[in-house]
Amino acid sequence: MGEFVATKINYAAVLPMLIVFAAAMIGVLVEAFVPRASRYVAQLPLTLIGLAGALAALLLNSRDNQGITAAGAVVVDGPTLMFQGIVLALSILAVLVMAERLDREGADAFTQSGASVPGSPLEAQAERLGATTTEVFPLTLFAVGGMMLFPASGNLLTMFVALEVLSLPLYIMTGLARRRRLLSQEAALKYFLLGAFSSAFFIFGAALIYGATTSTDLSVIAKAVGQVTGLDSLLVPGILLVAVGLLFKVGAVPFHSWTPDVYQGAPSPVTGFMAACTKIAAFGAMARVFYVGFEALRWNWQPVLAVVAALTMVVGAVLSITQKDVKRLLAYSSITHAGFLLLGIVAMDRTSIAGLMFYLAAYGISTITAFALIALVRQSGAEATHLSQWAGLGRTSPVVAAVFAFMMLSFAGIPLTSGFTAKFALFAPAVAHGGVWLVVLAMLASAVTAFVYVRVIVLMYFSDPIDGVSVVNPSYLTYAAVAVGAALTLMLGVLPSPLLDAAKSASIFLR
Amino acid sequence: MTGVLSLSPHVASLAAEGSALTTRDASGASAIGWLMIALPLAGAALLLVGGKALNKIGPLLATALSWASFGVGVAVLLQLMGMAAGERSLHLNLYSWIPAGKLDVNFGMLMDPLSMTFVMLITFVGSLIHVYSLGYMEHDPDKRRFFAYLNLFIAAMLTLVLADSYLGLFLGWEGVGLASYLLIGFWNWNPAYATAANKAFIMNRVGDLGLLLAMFTMFATFGKLDFASVNASVAGAGKGTLTIIGILLLVAACGKSAQFPLQAWLGDAMAGPTPVSALIHAATMVTAGVYLIVRSNAIYTATPDARLAVCIVGAITLMFGAIVGCAKDDLKKALAASTMSQIGYMILAAGLGPVGYAFAIFHLVTHGFFKAGMFLGAGSVMHGMNDQVDMRRFGGLSAVMKITWITFGLGWLAIIGVPGLSGFWSKDKIIEAAFIGEGWRPWVFGLAALICAGITAFYMSRLFFMTFHGKRRWTDDVHPHESPLTMTIPMMVLAVGSALLGLAIGPTGIITDWLAPVTGAHEEGEPVIPVPVLIVLTLLLVAAGVALAWMRYVRDAVPVVPPVGSLATRAARKDLYQDDVNEAIFARPGLHLTRGLVFADNKGVDGAAGGTAALIGGSSSRLAKLQNGFVRSYALTMLTGVVAILGLVWVIQ
Amino acid sequence: MTNYSYGPLLFFAAIGLGFAAFSVVAGALAGPKRYNRAKADAYECGIQPSPHAEGGGRVPIKYYLTAMLFIVFDIESVFLYPFAVAFDRMGLFALIEMVLFILTVFVAYAYVWRRGGLEWD
Repeated sequence: MGEFVATKINYAAVLPMLIVFAAAMIGVLVEAFVPRASRYVAQLPLTLIGLAGALAALLLNSRDNQGITAAGAVVVDGPTLMFQGIVLALSILAVLVMAERLDREGADAFTQSGASVPGSPLEAQAERLGATTTEVFPLTLFAVGGMMLFPASGNLLTMFVALEVLSLPLYIMTGLARRRRLLSQEAALKYFLLGAFSSAFFIFGAALIYGATTSTDLSVIAKAVGQVTGLDSLLVPGILLVAVGLLFKVGAVPFHSWTPDVYQGAPSPVTGFMAACTKIAAFGAMARVFYVGFEALRWNWQPVLAVVAALTMVVGAVLSITQKDVKRLLAYSSITHAGFLLLGIVAMDRTSIAGLMFYLAAYGISTITAFALIALVRQSGAEATHLSQWAGLGRTSPVVAAVFAFMMLSFAGIPLTSGFTAKFALFAPAVAHGGVWLVVLAMLASAVTAFVYVRVIVLMYFSDPIDGVSVVNPSYLTYAAVAVGAALTLMLGVLPSPLLDAAKSASIFLR
Repeated sequence: MTGVLSLSPHVASLAAEGSALTTRDASGASAIGWLMIALPLAGAALLLVGGKALNKIGPLLATALSWASFGVGVAVLLQLMGMAAGERSLHLNLYSWIPAGKLDVNFGMLMDPLSMTFVMLITFVGSLIHVYSLGYMEHDPDKRRFFAYLNLFIAAMLTLVLADSYLGLFLGWEGVGLASYLLIGFWNWNPAYATAANKAFIMNRVGDLGLLLAMFTMFATFGKLDFASVNASVAGAGKGTLTIIGILLLVAACGKSAQFPLQAWLGDAMAGPTPVSALIHAATMVTAGVYLIVRSNAIYTATPDARLAVCIVGAITLMFGAIVGCAKDDLKKALAASTMSQIGYMILAAGLGPVGYAFAIFHLVTHGFFKAGMFLGAGSVMHGMNDQVDMRRFGGLSAVMKITWITFGLGWLAIIGVPGLSGFWSKDKIIEAAFIGEGWRPWVFGLAALICAGITAFYMSRLFFMTFHGKRRWTDDVHPHESPLTMTIPMMVLAVGSALLGLAIGPTGIITDWLAPVTGAHEEGEPVIPVPVLIVLTLLLVAAGVALAWMRYVRDAVPVVPPVGSLATRAARKDLYQDDVNEAIFARPGLHLTRGLVFADNKGVDGAAGGTAALIGGSSSRLAKLQNGFVRSYALTMLTGVVAILGLVWVIQ
Repeated sequence: MTNYSYGPLLFFAAIGLGFAAFSVVAGALAGPKRYNRAKADAYECGIQPSPHAEGGGRVPIKYYLTAMLFIVFDIESVFLYPFAVAFDRMGLFALIEMVLFILTVFVAYAYVWRRGGLEWD
């Protein structure tokens, strides 16, 4: 038996993650020991302080402590910090939206009692007691922690653990919608089953790679992959199976089928959080796996990813045309965007990584803002997500309609919105690195989706409002989130240079 | 093939000559050139944000700012004119838009003869139309918003022509699209208007797609998007690439300028307020395509194939618009068809290459004056006729609307090319240029241009006679009257321009010399038919067209209900079935493609949710669909995907 | 060990996948299509997993909680065994790590306990 050597961990580098996890733990204790009435008041500041503290630690401290740590399990480098920073910043926005309780006057997005059967006495009791699901806050923190670890993983097993840590809270949060409980629970179950299925692919792939290279460490795998000549009958399937696990998380075709159902079923604030932050984390992990681990075999996986990207764009764009539900529409839109983002992986270049980061930030901000607005449009208390219910919103609620229209324009990639600069930053390197046909396809797909977005705008402004649909008056939390989201969407469109420069300088992976 | 080869050195030298224009940093008046864009933009922001407090003063403020922008433009123009011809190009860097590394994109302004010509047209005609709108929109409760959009449009259009790069141009390009969308749909309680706005948007998106792809191709080929770098790199680029860029830019131009096959939106866009039709759909925005092609002259000069495509598109649209114009009874739609046809002339001229660039712009400027004047006249007529547009219900208006009649009449004489007036100078130049060349081209393009001059004379005379002459066919409830001075003064100014502008800058050579540094000096070719013969032929055709119109619409009574008409008339009335063609070629296959894929998602279609609901609402055939709400099918989809990917890789290996 | 020894394994996997795909496809093609509510449930197993409760009919939530808690403490003891064997050689670092690990599990335990998960009424 050899001498035990304690693993060296650079605590300064992983401090942001530790802060988030610690805040999550405290959140669980708050749930356990704080009386029901004060939980919300305790959880919200705790969550925000945890996230803001982590962001501050990231900005002030981690940048000077980059390196590979925890025996290669965690890599803190430029891309890691960038992805983590974007996740943290966006999750603050998302938490503001999730915390909307409408001053207890209207129904907020979350059920009072997630574990009870809809319509059961248990639920009625919880309702009578005035419960609110404050568990979403620690759950969000756990998910954010997982999302931070995901792109930082230097080893396939750590990555798998991070994948589970970020997924499990999301499964629960999906099932917590207040209205249409059955739909929400069904979505949660679907997400869980399919997520487990995809996790199995990921771990099977990791096992095959281990079989071929005798390591799960990305740097060791990279070396082994570089020396492989003909013996890749294990390695290539392994790589592709790992890719399947990751492609599932971003909702790429043909692993996308959960997306519309889950986006529709989940409470809108959760959908926004999930759509924005999961994508960032998963693309971060994907970038690391492909750039660091499997780069030498790029001729094997690049065509596959290119085909998946093409399929994702086309299927997402075409299916979005017929959507009648605004959440499903945004779900298909997110599939299309995932296809665009895959271009950043396929292009295999530093500039495309910077474009990827920028696009993720821009898309995430607009998405959270859009879903925050969706949560406000109500008919008889429930969210009015059918498109016909959005008719004439421009006349009844000009501000909500205007901001939502602005987000639609951003999704469509109209200049002076973040969507345009993001598309430019992402597509231009792709053209330069041989992905011309993919970019042409992406432009066609975005022309199709532009039609879809504009149809929503036309509906809001040029149709007669229908009776009974109203916009609830939110608290300052939603106001703040929407204002910040809209301002950032505009700013990234007009003055993209600070973020682009930061992304550019943070686009080199440590190997 | 040898012919092409022997041509290319010559072409390259021309391109080099075109870009030999030295560019200097802006100083003096031009250093505040950004005010041209900033003033109307500030106006738009102020009016939109200002709220009801600005209801009264807002429209006046917007008008003043538009004139101020014109004033700055004049100052810059004077500075340019004071410089040597080869140095008339000023560059003003505003800020770094996308400055990361290779993606270095600055936003700057390029003030050269071409852009300043447009600035003059846009700000002058635009400001006149602001004044006109003060009267036209007087009783509209929402006129503050209308003027905000007008100012926004002016700012966007100036951005389009003043930008120093394709990216900046694209910004303005989308901006005018947005402003036009807002202005067409201004009376948004009317669903027909909303549909029109939508159609314009979609058609324009197709054009935008072309521009974006052209930009990406340029970026991949040249690494830069600013005009100076692109023009400088053209000589070193492959001919195939240049042709592709040229075709893509043409697609963009077709979308914005309502050229075949993307012409369908212009007629419907007439649903917007009339001043908008005058400004956007006659004088400025729709000519952006011509600007784009002339601005990219270095590329087009180097690629004869793309130029041929431009010529063909121009010639087809020219005929198309002229034929449709003959059958329309809606005053504004007839004018729209005429606009389409006249822009066809410009595109055709631009496609002819160095010989035609300057004439395209010349015609664009004169057309801007006389067509805007006629649209304003149409607005004045509608104003007096309870917003009717059916010409069969007009007639004899010359007696009650004297000023409108005279100003409109000058525009009419100008567009049909009566000697001495603006249209004569600019259009005849294009007809002559179209007859220059070898082989079949001069005959096809020249004859198209020539014959359409005759058709133009017919349909414009028809329009003029039906409106202002003949018997009064008014409905009982109208009491036509002349419009207020705010409306008639702009009409008079434009009418003077329609009459004299061509004479002032055409035969004197001012416009061609002025533009020469940008478009390149052109070699004088000889038309295949001698010029005097051409002029006589044109005039004969014009006279025949007017005479025919006089016989049918003044001498004979005009029936109030349109006669069934011949097959050709009916086709022309229906815009040569453009909507049906679009439907058959684009909409239906699109629908089938969508349905085909949507077999995957019946839930989205019927809005039902959840496996339970899918079962209740669904038949067994629906259950075969993929996006059916069943988690097992989803898992199967994923598994299929995995197997397909692994199988694919296995096969490839 | 050469990679070729995995060949039979892959072959087996292929047969397995093929059989699964075949079963689903054949079932869909050959089976009668008489659908009812139970069949449409997300998890179809013949009995209704969550009957709409008129007072119950459901496995109590405590059952799952107890099962989960068992697994949690099970895993904790699995880790404690090797630690107990070698803690003197691993020093302070391992002790702190272990305490953190146990604390983490106790947070979950505290939550379950405080929220009434352990009350078997």
